[in-house]
This record gives sequence, C-alpha cells and structure tokens, in this order.
Amino acid sequence: MTTVLVFFFILGGMALLGSVGTVASRNVVHAALSLVLALLAVAGLFILLLAEFLAIVQVLIYGGAITIILLFALMLTRTREGPVRLDNAQRRFALIGAGAAFAVLTVVIMVSDWPAPIDNPVRPGFSRISEVLFQQWAIPFEAASLVLLVALIGAIVISRPEKGERD
Amino acid sequence: MTWTDILLTSLKVGAMVGLITVVVLLLTYLERKILGRIQMRMGPMRTGFHGVLQPIADALKLVLKEDVLPSVKDRAVFWIAPLVVFVPALILWVTIPFTEDLVVRNLEFGILYIVAVSVFSIVGIIMASWGSNNKYALLGGARAVAQLISYELPVILVILAVVMVSETLDMRLIVEAQSSYPFIYVQPLGFLIFLIAGLAELGRTPFDIPTAESEIVGGPFVEYSGMHWSMFFLAEYANTFAIGALTTVLFLGGWSGPLLPGLLWFSIKTLSVIFFIFWLRATLPRFRIDQLMTFCWKFLIPISFLNILVTGFYLFYGWPSWSMFLLSMAMIFGGYTTIRITQKRRAASIAETLRLRRERIAA
Amino acid sequence: MPEQYSLEYTAVLIITIAGIGMVLAAFFASMILAPRSKSEAKQIPYECGIPPTGQFWAQLHLRYYIFAILFLIFDIEAIFLFPWAIIFRSSGAVIFYEMVLFIAILFFGLVYSWKKGALRWR
Repeated sequence: MTTVLVFFFILGGMALLGSVGTVASRNVVHAALSLVLALLAVAGLFILLLAEFLAIVQVLIYGGAITIILLFALMLTRTREGPVRLDNAQRRFALIGAGAAFAVLTVVIMVSDWPAPIDNPVRPGFSRISEVLFQQWAIPFEAASLVLLVALIGAIVISRPEKGERD
Repeated sequence: MTWTDILLTSLKVGAMVGLITVVVLLLTYLERKILGRIQMRMGPMRTGFHGVLQPIADALKLVLKEDVLPSVKDRAVFWIAPLVVFVPALILWVTIPFTEDLVVRNLEFGILYIVAVSVFSIVGIIMASWGSNNKYALLGGARAVAQLISYELPVILVILAVVMVSETLDMRLIVEAQSSYPFIYVQPLGFLIFLIAGLAELGRTPFDIPTAESEIVGGPFVEYSGMHWSMFFLAEYANTFAIGALTTVLFLGGWSGPLLPGLLWFSIKTLSVIFFIFWLRATLPRFRIDQLMTFCWKFLIPISFLNILVTGFYLFYGWPSWSMFLLSMAMIFGGYTTIRITQKRRAASIAETLRLRRERIAA
Repeated sequence: MPEQYSLEYTAVLIITIAGIGMVLAAFFASMILAPRSKSEAKQIPYECGIPPTGQFWAQLHLRYYIFAILFLIFDIEAIFLFPWAIIFRSSGAVIFYEMVLFIAILFFGLVYSWKKGALRWR
C-alpha cells in the first residue's frame, strides 16, 4: 500500500504544481504547458485507481486533442510578443468562485456512496464498462452524440466568414 | 509485485531500447542504400564494407556537432521539445509484440495505449515550433499539427475496424485472432487506409509538407542542431519502424507463418512494409497542403466510416468472410473511380477557365 | 502492494524513465564532447541567410482551429466506438443499432461541415 501512496503523492504533487503553474504563470505558453502536466498527472492517478481506460482517454482526449485546441486558440488570438498582463480586477471573484467550487466538490466527494472503496480499487474489465455504457447509459450516450453534433455546428457557424468578408 | 519483477522488467526495457536503437541505425543505412540504388547510385560506400559503418559514423558526428541554442526567451520550451517528441516514440514499444513471448509487457488496452501515446508527441512538435522564435518554424509547426491530427482520425477508425473483427484491444490476442487468415483478407481497404494515413503520420514523402526543405526550410525543426536535432531524427525512424510493426501486427498476422520461426516472419513482414515506405519516397513528389487536407477529410475519413459500417454489418449478421473481401474490393474500386472522376472534372473546369481567358485576351 | 496492481503500467513507467534518461544522457554527452563557440550571428533566427524581418509571431489562420475542433469531435466519437467494438457481436440488435445511429448522427455532422465549406482548405 505504501508504494501506491508514494506514487499518489508524487502524481498529486505534479497535478497541483501543474494547476498552480497554469494560473500563476506570466507566460501563456508556459501556462498551457503546465496544464498539460496537470492533465497527465491526473491520467497517472487514474492508473493508480485501476481505471486504465479512463487514463488512456485522458491522455488521448485531454493530453492530445484539448491541448492542441488550446494551443491553437492561443496562436489564433495573440498577435504581439512578450508577456501580456493576464490578470484583471475580477481576480478576487475568481478566487471566491474557485474556492466555492472546491468546497462543493469536496463535500460531494465525501458524502457520495462510491461503488468501490478507494483504498481497495477493483479492475472492472473492459467488456463490463462496455455493457454498462450501452445498456444502463444508452440514452445519455446517444445524447452525447447530439451534443458533439451541436458543438460541431456551432464551431462552423462561428467560423464562417460574414457577409461581405472575403475568405 | 516484487523487486525481482521490477528488475526483470527493467532488463526487458533495456533490451528493447537497445534493439530499437540498433534497428533505427540500420534503417538510416538501409534508406540511404535503397534510395541510392533506385537513383542508380551506390549510396554510402566508404565507411566499412559497402558503407555498413555509416550509421555509426553518423551517430558520432551528431554527438560531436555543436548544439546551437538560438537566442530565445523561452529556452526551456525549446530545450525539452525533443524530449516530448522522442519519449512517446519510444514508450509505445512497451506493448508491440515481436513474437508471442518477445514483448516487454502485454497491456489489456494495448492498441489504444499506442494511439494515445503517439498523439501526445504532437504537443512536442508545437513546443518545438514555439520555442524556436522563428516564423518558418511556427508556420511549419502549425501545418505539421494540422496534418498529424487530420490523419490521426483515419488511423483510429481503421484500428477500430480491426478491433471489431478481433474483439480485443490486446496486441497479442489481435495476432492470435489472425490464426486462420491475416486481417488483410477481410480488411484490404483498412490496410490501404492504414498505410496511407500512417505514412502521413510519419510526415514522410509524399506527405512531408511540414518539413518541406524547399518551402519552409525544415519546418518546426529549422532552429535545431546537433543532439537536439538528432532526437527528432531518431523519433522519425523509430516511428517508421513502429508503423511497419503495427501494420504487421494488425493486418499481416504478426509473427505467424509457416515453417520459419516467428521472429523471422515478423522481421520479414515489417521490413517489407518499411521497404515499401522507402520506395515511395523515391517515387512520389510532394503533395500540396490543400490537396493533403482535402484528401483526408473528404475521402479517407468518409470511406473509413463506411468501412466501419460495412464491417459492423458483416460481423453482426455473420456473413461469410469472402463477402467482406468482395465488399472491401468494391469500396476500393468505388473510391478510386470517385477520385478519377473528380480529377477529370477538375481538369476539365481548369481547361475551360483557361480557354475563356484566352478568348478574352484575343478579343 | 496489493495483488491487483500488476506490472502492466510499471513497465510503462520504467520505459518512460529510460527514455528520458537516454535523451538527457545524449544531451549531456554532446554538451561535453561537442565544441561550442558563441557568436551572435549564429543565434539569429534562420531565414535563409538574410536578417529576419518583422515579428516572429505570425497570427494563425482560423482554418487550423476549425480542423482542430473537428478532430476533437471525431476523436471523442472514435473513443466511444471502442467499448462498443468488443461487445456488439454478442449483445443483440439494440446495441448494434444504437451505435449505427450514433455514427449516423456524427456522419451527418461531417456532411454538414462539408456542405458549409468548412472542410475546404482556404
């Protein structure tokens, strides 16, 4: 158990470091790359919980796709060099909001009735995940496809050149 | 899990890393020899018998070259980018089986693990292009990422079709599922898509737009030299080897084959795929980026979806395997015809425009 | 360590460490062995020999972003398909057609973006 605990603290520390770097870094590029570190550390934590499929999805979707979108978005907007001032007057409210979210999440995590204890995780097996996903959660799953479709249409509508604008 | 296990795994990892290094060096030599022969040259001849020591000479040279770090504000990003590209190229080898027992560790989610890890190296390319402080690097990096993410989709969709047929993500079980026939028989279309998209993932000719020397002077790697540059180079060849090995495992039946030992079969199949990749480099010119993206999004991705649907119906209703072969062939033929028709129509419209312009000038 | 922690991802950890170590060792070797002579001209960004003009930061065209979003959406879809791929043969028509519907909805998305010209590389 102790080895797991050691890894938990290493990975948790990496995740914390990455998250703090994301908000505290003066350089947007460094902020984005710190976020990648945090996301990868979370993938490691999933492996400690024996949720390997989730870990792989975390690396593939968050470590890969979301990160690329984020970096592209930065390249899209930033037009000048050098550190830009990233904070503004809403800083305090952001702190309050983040603190409230943290408190709510902590309470939810504490009172929830988890199907398996964290100190003794079970490996569900991939076919079990599939069965639960497609039988128990079939309708949310179909809804997910609609959400994806809406996201796609939204992205296309926003990016379309407006009338009179040349490509 | 005991310390003995950890030690044993470490030894296996060491052997694997050593093997990859040797193969990569060998591949650089083979590529130069093959390209030379195709172009009626001898290739490297001076170092050792027919130049066999050339890779070692190259490696020594690269270590001894000056590692120029440009004056960048963001030196840290520049410095670790090769690491982020190289490490994924290495760690995906954990679960690629050479033979039944010759694998570092068989993972339950083997093939998905490989996909996830290889996507991550794209982040390294963005870091390289950002850290370089060079506008060609930035342009090349953006192009490279657009190409890599686009061609990742056909790769994933084709792998999905293979997983549907084999009903497992485990690389070893995928090979075992091919005991009666290799999957190229029921997935010839998948095999073709995987080869094409895999080639694009490698960024090799004819898909070498991101690094196009004559257009953007080496793309994201323009500022790199010495050891830092060699890491990108090594990663490229390790990935070439990986595409060869993956094609072998997913479509060509891995180590299985009559008479000869498994490792030999695996090597023969993998090397044939790699030879084909090298051969293409000597034969084909470079695509233009709009052709590249159009080909992916308007042809490869729709046809991969079609392939998945057809494969799904074939498996679900238990049609005989030759019907899947025929359907795939029909899809290949249909796709080819579509491309030809589109090309002809396009050529006709260009000719029409030119004719109109000539008439206007004449009038 | 409990039984259920197998060696699987320990191997991944070991090879990651090995890979990082290998790269760092190579950098270190070249740091010791390779000659170094600093000069300002060498550190200027390479633009085919002439002094660099303008800023290095070029704003990215919007099309790159569109393709990144499309990639994300189809990537998520593909990941959803994997759990289905290993069970659909043994679990009845409902699950099979559930996924056919899922693919159809997202394929409609692809057709939509095609028609709207989002797949054109402008």
